[in-house]
Amino acid sequence: MCDCNCHQNYNLDTLVPMVGIVTDIRQETPDVKTFRVNAPEGGKLFEHKPGQCAMVSVPGVGEAMFSITSSPTNKEYQEFSIKKCGVLTDYLHDLQVGDEIMVRGPYGNNFPVDTELKGKNLLFVAGGIGLAPLRSVINYVLDNRDDYGTVDIVYGSRSADDLVQLKEIQEVWMKAKDTNVYLTIDRPQEGWDGHVGFVPSYLSELELSTDKTVLVCGPPIMIKFVLGALTEMGFSKEQAYTTLELRMKCGVGKCGRCNIGSKYVCKDGPVFRCDEVDELPNEY
Amino acid sequence: MVKIKRENLAELYKLISAEKSLFVPAKKAGQTNYALYGADTEVDLDTLKTVKSAKELFFPQSETLYNVKTVDNKYTVTQAELQNEEFVVFGIRGCDLKGIEVLDKVFLSDPVDSFYKARRENGITVALSCNEPEESCFCTVFGVDPADAKGDITATLCGEYLYMKANTEKGEKLLSDCASLTEAADESEVADEKAKIAEILKKLPYANLSLEGWDGTVTEEKFNSPVWEELYKPCLACGTCTFVCPTCQCYDIKDYKTANGIQKYRCWDSCMYSDFTMMAHGNNRTSQLQRFRQRFMHKLVYFPANNDGMYSCVGCGRCVDKCPASANIIKVIKAFSKEVD
Repeated sequence: MCDCNCHQNYNLDTLVPMVGIVTDIRQETPDVKTFRVNAPEGGKLFEHKPGQCAMVSVPGVGEAMFSITSSPTNKEYQEFSIKKCGVLTDYLHDLQVGDEIMVRGPYGNNFPVDTELKGKNLLFVAGGIGLAPLRSVINYVLDNRDDYGTVDIVYGSRSADDLVQLKEIQEVWMKAKDTNVYLTIDRPQEGWDGHVGFVPSYLSELELSTDKTVLVCGPPIMIKFVLGALTEMGFSKEQAYTTLELRMKCGVGKCGRCNIGSKYVCKDGPVFRCDEVDELPNEY
Repeated sequence: MVKIKRENLAELYKLISAEKSLFVPAKKAGQTNYALYGADTEVDLDTLKTVKSAKELFFPQSETLYNVKTVDNKYTVTQAELQNEEFVVFGIRGCDLKGIEVLDKVFLSDPVDSFYKARRENGITVALSCNEPEESCFCTVFGVDPADAKGDITATLCGEYLYMKANTEKGEKLLSDCASLTEAADESEVADEKAKIAEILKKLPYANLSLEGWDGTVTEEKFNSPVWEELYKPCLACGTCTFVCPTCQCYDIKDYKTANGIQKYRCWDSCMYSDFTMMAHGNNRTSQLQRFRQRFMHKLVYFPANNDGMYSCVGCGRCVDKCPASANIIKVIKAFSKEVD
């Protein structure tokens, strides 16, 4: 059974999108922009849960799945942080405030914020644009601060210019109660006095206690090494969650693209516990 | 049960097609495929297998999902109309009927595909028994009885007659609509024909193909087997197997530019193609071995794991007939399981 509530938003088929208005665009890094999207009549297009995704499209250009980076606790709008890396995303990066796009969703499952994560100490590990899906959870947790334990956020990118949501990280996350933020960049850079090094090695250096539930997202190679580092630190695979990304067309487990083993990443994922990921054929 | 003389079948087609869209196996340019019945249609009930399966009548090769009208960069979205009139699929074989059962698991599971559902609700199937199953047939391995395919109506050609029996309300209604052309018959009149078919089935080369060892629990062992190295090599990645397959349901969603907007359509796609899983940031199946393995693992392991053991193969043998490199599901099944001969 599909966990998503995509089909509850429409009288139409779930494959048919709704029109959304781009109401704000933030240039996060040289190749990442965050798009704020509203329904034409104002407000959000639909409700979602942290970790869920939506299909964003431009007629005649293309359609692709993006994680919803804003928290469900934000009642006014939804946001997508999108890296410029293909035909559709190139086009999206040329959009202006006020332009229309098309959106359908939300699709997929979510990070278990109301069940397994509740009351736990949380460790977020993100690399580059991989912060986008975790940001939804982080803000959800910070907006429901008393429901969770300590929050540690380890976030790294290629350079200081490639850290997304830096303003929010510095102005909100770093000032939040019982919350530690650890930033790192891959190579030394003028004007950067923070940590330099890859995320997995920084994680090992931090010597964090293993009483935490971990949420990881980043490039596949980073996820792999982070999981290795966590295992060495004494974490079990059952303590860690990640979110996968594969090519998708339908978003509802029918078009076949994101099928891996007996799972469909769009419908059974994108969020998987890491011991579940281990059971999948190594094709992600 | 009722019967109608073969020489009067044209009258039957005319009667049905006067009220409803009627799809029949039709011979055109030497090939037989399903087509809308019209005055010039050459109905072909003798060819056992249409080139493309009957799946296209419920899940068309290409269909519009919605239209987007663009005025001053403002979009208006209109969903394509759903099938809202009854239609008849005449002459569908048992394997293709089983293929639709497989597609039902995909398209009627939550969230339901409304385009497919509308066709299923409006489609009336007249299943035709296979008088002479061919060497590439192995539907019995998947539990199909080609002598008694349970469409809304089961039809059997025998001697000078076509015998028809309704299995559902829809089928009964259709038969009563055609009552002026049929006469009463007894089940015993087709008993010999059925017995003859059963004898042919027993002697088919793949009749004893064993699925032992294939179920939803063997993922890792099968996935990592070196056998794939040999099996995939002839594969040309042409996708023919997926297009003739009654159960392959992978699809693409694409844009077609119209004068004042976009027509969004869905069309069949193939997991055998190199760009099937290609994303801007990479491809998770870069080799043909991986793609070949995916197709068969999906049919024989992943699909049964999700669907109470139902395989996503119905033994129609079209891939056996059509693969230009003779790489097919029989070879895959045999390579892994011991044949019970």
